[in-house]
Amino acid sequence: MHPILKLMVQRIALGLLLLLAVSAVIFLGVEALPGDTAQAILGQQATPEALANLREKMGLNEPPLTRYFQWLGGVLTGDLGTALTNGADIAQSIGQRLGNTMFLAGCAAVIAVPLAILLGLIAARYAGKWPDKVISGITLSTISLPEFVAAYFVIFIFTQLIPIFQPVAMVFPGMGFWAKLNAVALPVIVLVLVVLAHMMRMTRAAILNVMQSAYIETAELKGLSPMTVIWRHALPNAIAPVVSVVMLNMAYLVVGVVVVEVVFGYNALGQYLVDHVTKRDLPVVQAVGLIFAAVYIFLNMLADVIGILANPRLRHPK
Amino acid sequence: MADPLLQIKGLVIEATSYPPGEPPKEVTLVHGVDLTLQKGRVLGLIGESGAGKSTIGLSAMAYGRGGVRLTGGTIHLNGREIRLADAKALRALRGREVTYVSQSAAASFNPAKQIMEQVIESSLSHGLMSKTEAEARARALFKKLGLPNPDTIGSRYPHQVSGGQLQRCMTAMALCPKPDLVIFDEPTTALDVTTQIDVLAAIKEAIRDTDVAALYITHDLAVVAQVADDIMVLRHGKMVELGETGQIIHRPTQDYTRALVSVRSLDHVEKAPAPPILQVQNLTARYRGTNFDVLKNVSVDLPVGQTLAVVGESGSGKSTLARAITGLLPPSAGRITFAGRQLSADLAGRSKDDLREIQMIYQMADTAMNPRQTVGTIIGRPLEFYFGLRGADREKRVQQLLDQIEMGKGFADRYPAELSGGQKQRVCIARALAANPKLIICDEVTSALDPLVADGILKLLLNLQAEAGVAYLFITHDLATVRAIADKIAVMFKGAVVRYGQKTDVLMPPFDDYTDLLLSSVPEMEQGWLEQVIAHRKMESAGN
Repeated sequence: MHPILKLMVQRIALGLLLLLAVSAVIFLGVEALPGDTAQAILGQQATPEALANLREKMGLNEPPLTRYFQWLGGVLTGDLGTALTNGADIAQSIGQRLGNTMFLAGCAAVIAVPLAILLGLIAARYAGKWPDKVISGITLSTISLPEFVAAYFVIFIFTQLIPIFQPVAMVFPGMGFWAKLNAVALPVIVLVLVVLAHMMRMTRAAILNVMQSAYIETAELKGLSPMTVIWRHALPNAIAPVVSVVMLNMAYLVVGVVVVEVVFGYNALGQYLVDHVTKRDLPVVQAVGLIFAAVYIFLNMLADVIGILANPRLRHPK
Repeated sequence: MADPLLQIKGLVIEATSYPPGEPPKEVTLVHGVDLTLQKGRVLGLIGESGAGKSTIGLSAMAYGRGGVRLTGGTIHLNGREIRLADAKALRALRGREVTYVSQSAAASFNPAKQIMEQVIESSLSHGLMSKTEAEARARALFKKLGLPNPDTIGSRYPHQVSGGQLQRCMTAMALCPKPDLVIFDEPTTALDVTTQIDVLAAIKEAIRDTDVAALYITHDLAVVAQVADDIMVLRHGKMVELGETGQIIHRPTQDYTRALVSVRSLDHVEKAPAPPILQVQNLTARYRGTNFDVLKNVSVDLPVGQTLAVVGESGSGKSTLARAITGLLPPSAGRITFAGRQLSADLAGRSKDDLREIQMIYQMADTAMNPRQTVGTIIGRPLEFYFGLRGADREKRVQQLLDQIEMGKGFADRYPAELSGGQKQRVCIARALAANPKLIICDEVTSALDPLVADGILKLLLNLQAEAGVAYLFITHDLATVRAIADKIAVMFKGAVVRYGQKTDVLMPPFDDYTDLLLSSVPEMEQGWLEQVIAHRKMESAGN
């Protein structure tokens, strides 16, 4: 087997193992909370008989290991159970919101990632000079601003000063692509502002690190222009660290944007999770927690795989 | 005479230095050097590190490495002044009129790109030829430089070819755009002698056939004598002497040049046989996760208070032998007896005395010391660790050790960054001595030093041996060093000892094939030596 294939299979297997471990931790965490699902449904005033009956019906008297595997089996077949609060099928409720989350994250990433890398390259090219200082200054101030403050600024600017977007990001099934895009414009702007600095700084640092290498001097002594040197000789060797930070930010865009969702009234997973945490709807918390963990693990795994692929020593062994 | 290709007059080069704990200060690296190079000629620039050879070499491209500034004088290339030229004009001449071959091709090739792409890059970016033409020229150069598989080597990545091959690829990269001038900056210094000779011959032939002019920078007079028409000797950024190659090596007029020519003055007479302090018997070892023996059945003895030199090229297993003796790499078979007792194979099984009595000194003194500790702390640490010395006792002993390595009083408070290369290595020697060892393993301790400085270190080691009776296992690839210090020699090749015995016996013919190759590859300070050796080898291989 090609060594790189072996490495990748190892990395993916490790990711799956990690996901399994996380699922166990989530299950145990919920298990460790005082009270159980039957108690949560029937409330504090329930009689012991009623509780025992419900436990029997829901299979809660089975040993935890059995219930864990039942739950896991359900997850694997797409059955996430039903929500306690309204009896809705969790998989169905999540499905559409997950789509919304992915749409928002995707739009923000498509703009933020190339922009951050481009700004990072420019900052590295003019390291210590004014373009570098301007770029670093602006991106660092946007990351320092709390998301909701940034959100209100953006709302003020784009609905009051230049009224081109709506302050509320309402999306519903059957909406056209362009209409949806228009609706999410403001949250996307806010998210781009929030994630830009981290990726930009990492790109700049990784490029400057590579710029110390002897082969950069070789390229300069060939008479190449500074931007050609950075683009052709530095960037290919800075991919791995940049990708890992990009992936961390992508994961944040999927799992960490509940504040922005709330400010813009955007119906997605973050809000859904927070709602059900406050209502102690444990099956929902478990299911969404697992999905968020899966996103994190998958994106980091992707970063590692890209890092492996970007290494010529691994790609072309001796 | 025609207009010179390169004419440098009154060149002054300055830089800002940042000594630790002090404000930055301006230092002058080159003080008004003049230099003239005609088309098709080769000028050797020679001197120790810090002499300004590379800095002057790069000034022919008006390039200052790491914040170095060309502050005075004029540099005319092909009749144009370039010292004050703007960035655009400099880009137009770099990689087109002047090209550069660095000491470490392994670091100078971009690891993420195929060799061919990098070799033809400047030819394409300057619009000198089409891609097809450039690739054809590169392949022709690969062939001329004696690279294996010249038609396909370009599609390989830098890590897929050897160091010597990569150095030739870099020469091809420099010659590809048909420049007027190539700067060779120590192009063979990092190579084994057996590889150096091939690369040197290839470079020399390529220079002759393409009729390019060259600045050849090196600290090795014997090497430059093979390729240069003229030699300029530099010291502390000033010219010491300039003359034809024959004159410089046979009739130097300056004392400093004479010192360079006659370096390796040491002549060490081997000591009489004595009982061994270290016995290595049938040692076999491999690195974890591999199925290849890096040491194969190695047996050597080292007598008390004497020096065993272990010689071989990189990858021959010299350093691995040291790792096995120190316990860092447990051998898979064989035994190590030290001072009459058998040593445990792995580090964990050794007593504190076992550890104390075997010390190491490394090639890179820089990386072997904590840059944030003073010399006093560095030397004092083993005193405290092994003997529990503290306070005034420790200070006194540190001072004794500093005296032993011929360094004065003030050094205990200095940081490694404030020392020269030779001084750093001396501190490492003092640190090893502090443990009162019976054996010091010296791993290429003089390889990174200038010849005159290295000579001083060897003298010091011999003096210490006479005083303290310590034995040395001296690992080196440099045969001149071996002659200067060894009592016994083990020649290693591919993990096995191919020749072993008293120094005079080992260096006496008849030789085995490998030792013969090794000895005949050491450059001699004689013009035409290279051609003789190459011709001799061709005849031999034709005879076989």
